[in-house]
Amino acid sequence: MAASDTPTTGPDWPLAIYEALKAADVRQLCYVPDAGHSRLIRLAHDDPAIATTVLTTEEEGVALSAGAWLGGQRAVLLMQSSGVGNCVNMLSLLSSCRFPFLTFVTMRGEWAEFNPWQVAMGKATPAAFDIMGVTVFRLERPDDAGEMAAAAARLAFDSDQAIAVLISQRMIGAKKWTEGK
Amino acid sequence: MNTALDRRAAVQALLQDRGDLLVISGLGSSSYDVFAAGDHPANFYLWGAMGGAAMMGLGLALAQPSRPVAVITGDGEQLMGLGGLATAAAKKPSNLSIIVLDNAHFGETGMQMSHSGLGARLELIASGAGFPSVSTIADQVALDAFRPKLRDRAGPHFARVVISTDHVDRALPPRDGVFLKNRFRGHLGYPVS
Repeated sequence: MAASDTPTTGPDWPLAIYEALKAADVRQLCYVPDAGHSRLIRLAHDDPAIATTVLTTEEEGVALSAGAWLGGQRAVLLMQSSGVGNCVNMLSLLSSCRFPFLTFVTMRGEWAEFNPWQVAMGKATPAAFDIMGVTVFRLERPDDAGEMAAAAARLAFDSDQAIAVLISQRMIGAKKWTEGK
Repeated sequence: MNTALDRRAAVQALLQDRGDLLVISGLGSSSYDVFAAGDHPANFYLWGAMGGAAMMGLGLALAQPSRPVAVITGDGEQLMGLGGLATAAAKKPSNLSIIVLDNAHFGETGMQMSHSGLGARLELIASGAGFPSVSTIADQVALDAFRPKLRDRAGPHFARVVISTDHVDRALPPRDGVFLKNRFRGHLGYPVS
């Protein structure tokens, strides 16, 4: 069993996010994978009404989301905090053209992190979004996932805003290395 | 002397009788070339977001599967987003064409030689990324042969157009991104809300 398939207890927050995105008529989902996003990625892949695109680097997803909007569709980008810095220049596309944008970011480097190399970008993630004009939501409790995803989607797509929902590392749990070995 | 294609003439030829083609142009000279060929509400001219043109085209092609989509960009712009070639090829949108105007130089910044001029072969990179259709266009005959592929739904296509480094005057499209976005969406029938 892969680490990403570890059964979780408590609320099924990836499903709650997925259902909020469906209700908001999101039709494209792109991602650089992260274990914390694996269930949501799988839900999207299993849904023929969502075009799911794997990226080589996160800023591709910023441009792809803008292209989707030009074509009349709503897109979301999934990534982990280590990829946020990659997006900085591409985020200028959003403010230059007032494109809606919605991303869900799994946090690393902030809660029981074992890898010191994750800490710097994790700490810089909210500020990196802020300097580029992206509004940051903090998802700390699984029970809030659906409501926050719905509010973020509304703000993004109905008010032409760029929104990043940062998913606390505490919610995802520390990365485990023992499974599958 | 330079026998390569004139970039303006090449883009004009690609866009003649464009029909329902949607066009994203990469920042710099590619945007000037697309504008000079004839302004159109189905053109979206990038003035920044370097490396993002192909990915913008991919998102658009997925959203508008019934319309052909062409990304027209330069070698420098595409070199900044080489990973996007793998992403587009993996997704295989049959209505997408990525056309790289390759003069082997960074034309906007003082004509420094680009990787393309230093040995990188963009058509091989595209082929290796998984594009099922890769063309190198170095003359008018090849350009005319390629044009129908923009609409043949057998893509994604990748085309490298070998263009001259000869100077062409700037032709400046609108720089207001909000205007360009709303005009493009209006053309597709989406009202400004």
